[in-house]
Amino acid sequence: MSKREKQAIGQQILTAFRAAGAEEVAPDLLLPAETLLDLYGEDIRARAYVTQDPIRGEVMLRPDFTVPVVQMHMENGAEPARYCYLGEVFRKQDHGENQPEHPRDNEYLQAGFELFARDPDADAEVFALFHGILAPLNLQASMGDMDLLMDAVRALPLSGARRAALLHHIWRPRRFARLLARFSAPAEGRNFSESPTTWTGLRSPDEMQERIDRLQADAGEQPLSSQWVERLERLFAVQAPAPQALAQLRQLATEIPDIHEAVDRLERNLADLARRGIDTDAIHFDASHGRHTMEYYDGMTFSFAAAGRADWPPVASGGRYDALAAVLGQAKGRSIPAVGGIIRPGLVYELGGLA
Amino acid sequence: MIRLGVPSKGRLMEQAFDWFAERGVKLSRAGSEREYAGRVEGAENVSLVLLSAGEIPRELKAGRIHMGVTGTDLIREKLAGWRSHVEELAPMGFGHADLILAVPSCWADCDDLDDFATIARDFRAEHGFRLRIATKYHRLVRAWLSDHEVADYQLVDSQGATEGTVANLTAEAIADITSSGETLRANHLKILAEEPILRSQATLLRSIAAGDEDEVRVFATRLGL
Repeated sequence: MSKREKQAIGQQILTAFRAAGAEEVAPDLLLPAETLLDLYGEDIRARAYVTQDPIRGEVMLRPDFTVPVVQMHMENGAEPARYCYLGEVFRKQDHGENQPEHPRDNEYLQAGFELFARDPDADAEVFALFHGILAPLNLQASMGDMDLLMDAVRALPLSGARRAALLHHIWRPRRFARLLARFSAPAEGRNFSESPTTWTGLRSPDEMQERIDRLQADAGEQPLSSQWVERLERLFAVQAPAPQALAQLRQLATEIPDIHEAVDRLERNLADLARRGIDTDAIHFDASHGRHTMEYYDGMTFSFAAAGRADWPPVASGGRYDALAAVLGQAKGRSIPAVGGIIRPGLVYELGGLA
Repeated sequence: MIRLGVPSKGRLMEQAFDWFAERGVKLSRAGSEREYAGRVEGAENVSLVLLSAGEIPRELKAGRIHMGVTGTDLIREKLAGWRSHVEELAPMGFGHADLILAVPSCWADCDDLDDFATIARDFRAEHGFRLRIATKYHRLVRAWLSDHEVADYQLVDSQGATEGTVANLTAEAIADITSSGETLRANHLKILAEEPILRSQATLLRSIAAGDEDEVRVFATRLGL
């Protein structure tokens, strides 16, 4: 009967979210697949249960709450807004070549909180809320900041095309590293064979020519100096208790001035957390934390993990997703920054509950 | 009694029969051409079950046959966690085919997967939807592209005539099995200069769920494995 107990823990978390001013919402279980596929790509199709509805077309069993909650807010929400929810999400557990002995649940509860606000304190508010609820479990809190990394990439002395390529692949570490290596070596000119006379497919000759022009212009680019690569590598590798990480980042900001703003913001966030009674020394800051999470986080990211359970996903995770909120708000002509996160009551239950 | 599943028609069946015959076991169809029952000579305790090649993975997983002949591509595509369900006893040396990713030959700027990844990104920005890859090997293709960190694409299902999807404007690229590449060339497609997603060939497999491992081993020894 553990399912009922997990529900009860979820309700406990929900009560805490409501006490923090959140309004409870209940998004549908069946969601139109198109929006989710467009936002998340094929990865979500591999992980979500997709089915066909004769009238609504392709639909998905809710793989997460963020998208429907953002859509609901953009539809009719006032500002600022705090929402909370509790419900099942469904994720296929497709393994590699071997079936694990103890496969993880493919249906589990998420209790979540999403905050839509222009207030700069929003990051600290959400982190502190999760920190407080999870305090009895002694989890390891980790934090990252995608903004810091993206500002550093934007600051590289590179052509717009090269910068855009790096930014696009920031969540894909190997592709990113390969691009960076290519941009640091002398550009190789490339010969393009004549296209055969028969053109096939939707991609047009103009589109191809545009790319060829871009590649030819790129061949004239100066290689990125090793100094910049090395700075970037040092920044991406910063991993320490938050206050020490902050000091290291300050130091790095003397070499990469464009990250000053992001470092200032992190400093304010940490000070804010300390004011809320949180021991920031116990927060593990990992500059690359957000590169291993969902691609839609573009600011602060955080997770709370259970010690000694390396095979578990985080008990809680979240972050800032301004770009996703902007994309979803576009249709309604709205845009508002957003921060949120989820807790998995099932894992909290396995750790003995919150009480 | 060991139940051995073999493809029920075509070259794959003939070549499988030849492979067993070379090892002293004569397989044949019982009765008429239309009857899917088989005969085994030269081995005790073995019965032949003729099945569609595509169903053999499922039958092996369920343990309804002890051994089966099918392509590695079908095993890996259809059985998640395949190593937990079947054991590969022997590659059989025929039915060779590569699962590859192919793009229009006219894409002079697309040689390898790095080019492909960039083109996919541009395509999405230009057309407002993700570049489409037509295939029936959804799991294999997705896992391979994910390993190679290619993101801006979508798979569209194609159960046949996959090479035609590009000209029909229902896909921009295809992922399919090819042996000679002739059909690709005829459809103005070229293979990316990468290792294939999978090199497949006909393989003799043992079902883990079916059990009777000792009897299977005896038969395998009889086959010289």
